[in-house]
Amino acid sequence: MKIGFTVNGTPQEVEVAADMPLLWVLRDVLGLTGTKYGCGAALCGACTVHMDGEAVRSCQVWAEEVAGREVVTIEGLGRPEALHAVQEAWVEQQVAQCGYCQSGQIMQAAALLAETPAPSDAEIDAAMEGNLCRCGTYPRIRAAIHAAAAKLEG
Amino acid sequence: MSKATRLTRRAVIVGSLAVTGGLAVGIYALNRDWPNPLEEDLPEGAVTFNPWILISEAGITLMAPHTDLGQGIRHLQAALIAEELDVDLDQPEVTVEPGPAAPAYANRALAAEGLPFMSQDQGTVATIARAASARLMGALGLQGTGGSSSTPDSYVKLREAGAMAREMLKAAAAYRENLAMTDLRTERGTVILPDGRALPYAELAEAAARELPPREIALRAPSQWRLLGRPMQRLDILAKSTGTLDYGIDLTREGMVHATVKLNPRPGGDVLSHDDSAALAVPGVSRVLPVSNGLAVVADSTWTAFKGAEALVCDWGPAPFLPEQADHWAALATALEGPPEKVWRDTGAQPDRPGMPPRDYRAPYLAHAPLEPLSALIHVTEARCDIWVSSQFPGLAEQKVAAITGVPREAVHLHNQYSGGSFGHRLEFENIIRAAEIGTAMRGTPVKLTYTREEDMAHDFPRQIAMARASGQVADGQVQALDLAIAAPSVTASQMGRIGFASAGADSQTVAGAWSMPYALPALRVAGHAVADLAPVSSWRSVGASTAGFFAESALDELIHEAGADPLAERLRLCDYAPARACLEAVGEMSDWGSPLPEGTGRGVAMVLSFGTPVAEVVEVHQTDAGLRIAKVWVAADVGRVLDPVNFENLVQGGVIWGLGHAVNCEVTYADGIAEPTNYYAHAGLRMPQAPEIFVRGLETGAEVRGIGEPPVPPAAPALANAIFAATGQRLREMPFANFIDFA
Repeated sequence: MKIGFTVNGTPQEVEVAADMPLLWVLRDVLGLTGTKYGCGAALCGACTVHMDGEAVRSCQVWAEEVAGREVVTIEGLGRPEALHAVQEAWVEQQVAQCGYCQSGQIMQAAALLAETPAPSDAEIDAAMEGNLCRCGTYPRIRAAIHAAAAKLEG
Repeated sequence: MSKATRLTRRAVIVGSLAVTGGLAVGIYALNRDWPNPLEEDLPEGAVTFNPWILISEAGITLMAPHTDLGQGIRHLQAALIAEELDVDLDQPEVTVEPGPAAPAYANRALAAEGLPFMSQDQGTVATIARAASARLMGALGLQGTGGSSSTPDSYVKLREAGAMAREMLKAAAAYRENLAMTDLRTERGTVILPDGRALPYAELAEAAARELPPREIALRAPSQWRLLGRPMQRLDILAKSTGTLDYGIDLTREGMVHATVKLNPRPGGDVLSHDDSAALAVPGVSRVLPVSNGLAVVADSTWTAFKGAEALVCDWGPAPFLPEQADHWAALATALEGPPEKVWRDTGAQPDRPGMPPRDYRAPYLAHAPLEPLSALIHVTEARCDIWVSSQFPGLAEQKVAAITGVPREAVHLHNQYSGGSFGHRLEFENIIRAAEIGTAMRGTPVKLTYTREEDMAHDFPRQIAMARASGQVADGQVQALDLAIAAPSVTASQMGRIGFASAGADSQTVAGAWSMPYALPALRVAGHAVADLAPVSSWRSVGASTAGFFAESALDELIHEAGADPLAERLRLCDYAPARACLEAVGEMSDWGSPLPEGTGRGVAMVLSFGTPVAEVVEVHQTDAGLRIAKVWVAADVGRVLDPVNFENLVQGGVIWGLGHAVNCEVTYADGIAEPTNYYAHAGLRMPQAPEIFVRGLETGAEVRGIGEPPVPPAAPALANAIFAATGQRLREMPFANFIDFA
């Protein structure tokens, strides 16, 4: 079916199966590979994007559910030459090791900070629990979220 | 030498790999230099000084052939070259590439820690054997990333490569300007003349390449370093923070199709029959192909391929190993009853009187499960094959691809990628073999193979299962004797078998991290017991030390408590290797060991020497209403020299979380020959709420520069078990601990 929605501010129309997950629409159809496939079952959070401002697991959103929605991916949050405050903090804290989960971590953190500008450690735990990092960069993710909160406040 | 000639060296490679299995190595006279692979297909106007440096009008390219699995080694290799070449990694004209697979990039340090010498043994025989091992590995041309050996392999070699080119560039400038070399200095990719003019390397390169390389190279003292030893921004950090780094799974080619595999869930089992009619009826699915142990589905998108694979109906053959988990444990227990394969250490006489009754410890199979599922993009034509994938053995991978595709070895080109984690998984070839099979059937069309998470976990050759039995003696408040017997399948034999090499001799990995424990016990015996015919296993971050280190440091802790001694003080009393002592002293000081703790709080300590790097950890746990909370960890590691301090801290923290997480809640068990966890609902390790605060100190007292990717892992599990005992009085001898207590 034909589905129209907005990705990173640009209207898109795609012709895909109604049940194709948004993850694969983004990656295979639109070529936006910053959003990662990790588990396909909402267990790892690597595919997190924003849909109408809310963090969602794009592997669990069917294409037909996206019609008319506004989707923001890691590519739309900020660019290497124009970083979002969360990305700036991620660079400064040098969070990534393999980096494969970090698109999802950053999108989840950005959604947390949009809702809760100065999160406590407990609020960070609650918001980030679904985002798995096999390399174990959690201490730096926590530090980067606090640093990004300070940037956004300042 | 052509690539074809390298194949004839295969017989020798067999011998070298056996080194990692514990064979003593003869001294080979082979000590040859391999040709510089950059000289093949050298771009017009470009010159190369050695296999790591290429300079042209377009810029300066540094080759970083050790595979980056997330440990930041691409950056560190570039920094080692740049430090002496006098270029900066933020210069737009400087690029860093993994380079081609080539024997010139042999890892000379790969086998050193597999030798039957304790890494703290600096005696003549051990030193000669290590030098021989390095020469042998160089002569064999085996390019490999693993065993925390990339930094030891690169530390001198890459700085020399940078210095060699710098001196040749200076010589060319001196000749051209009729000046003495001593009048010149170098900075940011230029030679600076006394009058202040800066000549870019690109202008001098052609003349410089004709200069004779300097006969001796004096490397700069660490006090003169600009980059190394200071906080550096990793080359990949911006791309990894903006979703702009392409991993293998992200790559595309013009005209590419997608594929996935459905393999017998019993690893190594056959397909007896199958029905692909429903799969082929899925819109977008174009073909179903046979591959080793299963089928491949080719389609117009990854998702369509996944749907097609789901629709395949297959009758699978039995597992070619014991299908039920209980039988695996029984085999280990039986092996412990039998004679040891090798007694690795036997110091002093085990006292002939009753002591601590024997205690059994268990460590389960564990998956690597890196977050990027296995994938590979391949393009096979009649005369050439390109494959884009992350591999820790790129040269061996090329050989496998050549054998499957029929494309001549020298026309197979592996483009090594940053990987989305590995932890040892990318030492294997499963995805590469299937991609080559699919690519051959689809000759002419680029194909990207993507595994589902479920296929990836089903075929993740796990960490060795292991079991140990420990007994010992205490007297006068001191530990007197430890007798530790460890049974495990040989990870080295299993892994080498899949590479196609035979192995021989007892596997040092069975006892790694235990037999070489730097404790001067009056009586210490460590024996390895071989177990055959269990599930195929593979190297998993810290390999044998992840199991044997747990056994050794748990058993020692039990004896220390039996003696009524303090766990840290008694370890310090026994420790006879200065860098390991320094680590224990450091964590004692960092954690304020011995200070009063609130009710329900406990601390445990452990120290394991693996890959030559001693690491001590103190873990603090709190009992809470929600269960046991791992609150804090203090870590000290001695790598001789900390080259990249920010990344060092990150890797140590990650290694601790890896060790703790798998000890707490991960295990792979088999039922009917099928690995039971299939996705991250199990086997996740720690998540954000469970991750402790981790305080890291890097020490530099050791004589040699060592790696840090793996050594923080082994002490984490025993330090946690020891902390749990201190807090609760419950001694956990079997992982994962969450099977026995609740964690918050």
